[in-house]
Amino acid sequence: MTDHPQYNYKVVHQFAIMTVVWGIVGMLVGVFIAAQLAWPALNFDISWLSFGRLRPLHTNAVIFAFGGSALMACSLFVVQRTCHARLISDGLAAFVFWGWQLVIVSAAITLPMGLTTSKEYAELEWPIDLLIAVVWVCYAIVFFGTIMKRRDKHIYVANWFFGGFILAVAILHIINSLALPATLTKSYSVYSGTVDAMVQWWYGHNAVGFFLTAGFLGIMYYFVPKQAERPVYSYRLSVVHFWALIAIYVWAGPHHLHYTSLPDWTQSVGMVMSLVLLAPSWGGMINGMMTLSGAWDKLRTDPILKFLVVSLSFYGMSTFEGPMMSIKSVNALSHYTDWTIGHVHSGALGWVAMISIGATYHLIPLMYGRKAGDMYSVKLIDLHFWLSTIGTVLYIVSMWVNGLMQGLMWRAVNSDGTLTYSFIETVEASYAGYVVRFVGGAIFLFGMLVMAWNVWKTRQLALSGPALEADAGSPEADAREVMA
Amino acid sequence: MSSAFSWFVILGTLGSLAGYFLLLYLNRTTKNPGRTTGHVYDGIEEYDNPLPAWWFWGFIISILFALGYLLYYPGLGNFTGFGAWSQVGELTDDQDAADERYGPIFAQYAAVPVDDLVNDPAAMRMGRRLFATNCSVCHGTAGTGSEGFPNLTDEEWLWGGDAEQIKATISNGRQASMPAWGPALQDQGVAEVAEYVMQLAGRDVDASLANAGRARFNTFCVACHGPEGAGQPMMGAPALNNEIWLYGNSHLRIEDAIRNGRNGQMPAFAERLGADKVHILAAYVKNLQQ
Repeated sequence: MTDHPQYNYKVVHQFAIMTVVWGIVGMLVGVFIAAQLAWPALNFDISWLSFGRLRPLHTNAVIFAFGGSALMACSLFVVQRTCHARLISDGLAAFVFWGWQLVIVSAAITLPMGLTTSKEYAELEWPIDLLIAVVWVCYAIVFFGTIMKRRDKHIYVANWFFGGFILAVAILHIINSLALPATLTKSYSVYSGTVDAMVQWWYGHNAVGFFLTAGFLGIMYYFVPKQAERPVYSYRLSVVHFWALIAIYVWAGPHHLHYTSLPDWTQSVGMVMSLVLLAPSWGGMINGMMTLSGAWDKLRTDPILKFLVVSLSFYGMSTFEGPMMSIKSVNALSHYTDWTIGHVHSGALGWVAMISIGATYHLIPLMYGRKAGDMYSVKLIDLHFWLSTIGTVLYIVSMWVNGLMQGLMWRAVNSDGTLTYSFIETVEASYAGYVVRFVGGAIFLFGMLVMAWNVWKTRQLALSGPALEADAGSPEADAREVMA
Repeated sequence: MSSAFSWFVILGTLGSLAGYFLLLYLNRTTKNPGRTTGHVYDGIEEYDNPLPAWWFWGFIISILFALGYLLYYPGLGNFTGFGAWSQVGELTDDQDAADERYGPIFAQYAAVPVDDLVNDPAAMRMGRRLFATNCSVCHGTAGTGSEGFPNLTDEEWLWGGDAEQIKATISNGRQASMPAWGPALQDQGVAEVAEYVMQLAGRDVDASLANAGRARFNTFCVACHGPEGAGQPMMGAPALNNEIWLYGNSHLRIEDAIRNGRNGQMPAFAERLGADKVHILAAYVKNLQQ
């Protein structure tokens, strides 16, 4: 159905559908563990339903299953469209899709069983790590092979970001996951002590930097100008902020280890580089926002553009918040509190999820031979937009309140210098915030269900209905002919 | 670190900052602002606009801040910075300042005997706060304990309930070590001894099993728990002749203790709290009895 004479839309379509599916699964687990924090009895005394096992399942599902599917769908779509070239191998592309799904399913089985390396965002045990490495290298071959086939001399900026993300993630994953296997399900990291912690957070922060930032900036650089039908604001800015971003991100990991046994010099360098990172991060937001110059009126009628613009706003907000939190005196208050969780989710829900959703709404109709963004119901996209925005705001505000409260309660002292509050009192005081966070997350999840319905109806419409609105001679029209 | 690695860090850090500056400086202007570059990718064009000035200068200022910070604080390899700051130094300074400020508040009670301090409401309020911070994680906010962590409000003491014994427990910690008797007693022996232990506690038991257990108890257990099961505070051996159970009261849990042993651990607080606070805490723990 999604055969295309010029491009491989099949793998794009598969990944786009799985973006919606894994989004729902990952966020459902997230809402469940959010509920557990407010009402701990919800673990039902079943080990594989306990918070400690489901939390890594949630993070892996939303980052690598939902985010990863969105990145692969968009990058494999954009690289074909902007290089005017079909993927170099349909077979390899299919392997990347099915291999990635196998990784996700393996994670969904092993993590609740309690099989974990205990490295955050790199919990999967060595056999799955090996599979990830193989699939990722094939993904890189498909992507860069297609770039080599391009007709233009130049490479579009979105592809630099995708390329940087693919290369960096390969290096990060392989180096951080180096381990000596003891059994099929147990391995020991080759690093120890503080070095292990530093390698882990070099990986951890660059998973944010390259997977969740550079990759999604690649999505931004195609879908924002495309949806706004405006030229990118500044080619020069995209060059400068690209190189600055990828060069500076790799220094920032130590800010996860402030005031620990990490040497003073490493903490200082990590902190100042995190501050220098602010400008390159904002370069992407400025370029995206300014691209809308002369097209702001479209926001009134186009909820897809709303998703893209609001995601850029959350991106700008969280990349401002991040450098501020890396300042040691701020970090002394924010570290280990819910503020960190709020910060992560203003990036994860506000930026990563919302730009993925916007891009998927643009993409899905094309897969069915309709015009870009021509979903079954524009009103439902608008509803989804408001659900996402309200859900995100409830989530991050409740975590800001909780985080500041926890940080201040932990450091409050009586006139005799003893601590004013015991730890459990700060947990009790966090209850209201946990309930609000659960509600915010549930609203965001409900938006994803609305999206799934809209995608389903669009697919049905395409299979049965006439509505041939694509421009004659365009790739979309070609797709429709093949479909018919 | 070695001086070679130190220079690697210094040159790498300064070189990178210089590189970012150059990247900005060399790209500060463009030829055709307001016009497109001429490339078209799938219908997308790009303007040849220059870097926004406020962004350019913000970037430069952050690089200058980084340089200044790295001169004042440790960061450039072995160079410790002009501010002579260190993480450990900040901690020690803070601790010294706190000791100087709050030390006298605790020291005023040092000369008051624990048994009198128990009746001093101000000291007991301080004791409660110290307990909440340092002890409640294991013993509970009310001191009632939980499995493996003794209840401090009842009359049973593992290591003795005198003021001096309590202070010794808090200061130096305690390490209980009940050996694992499973290999020596075998399953049948473990079951018999468990039955006898329940009889010691005054429960209705299978008499023949308990009798068999008594003989084994007198061989293996009597040295620490005593012939009547009254326990021995010198070794932290609990009394078995009552219904107070540290690790659960079911036949299964008692068998588990006999078979696998127990190694309860209380950490030492002398270094962390100092003698004056331990003194007040000991009084607070005694106060929990009332």
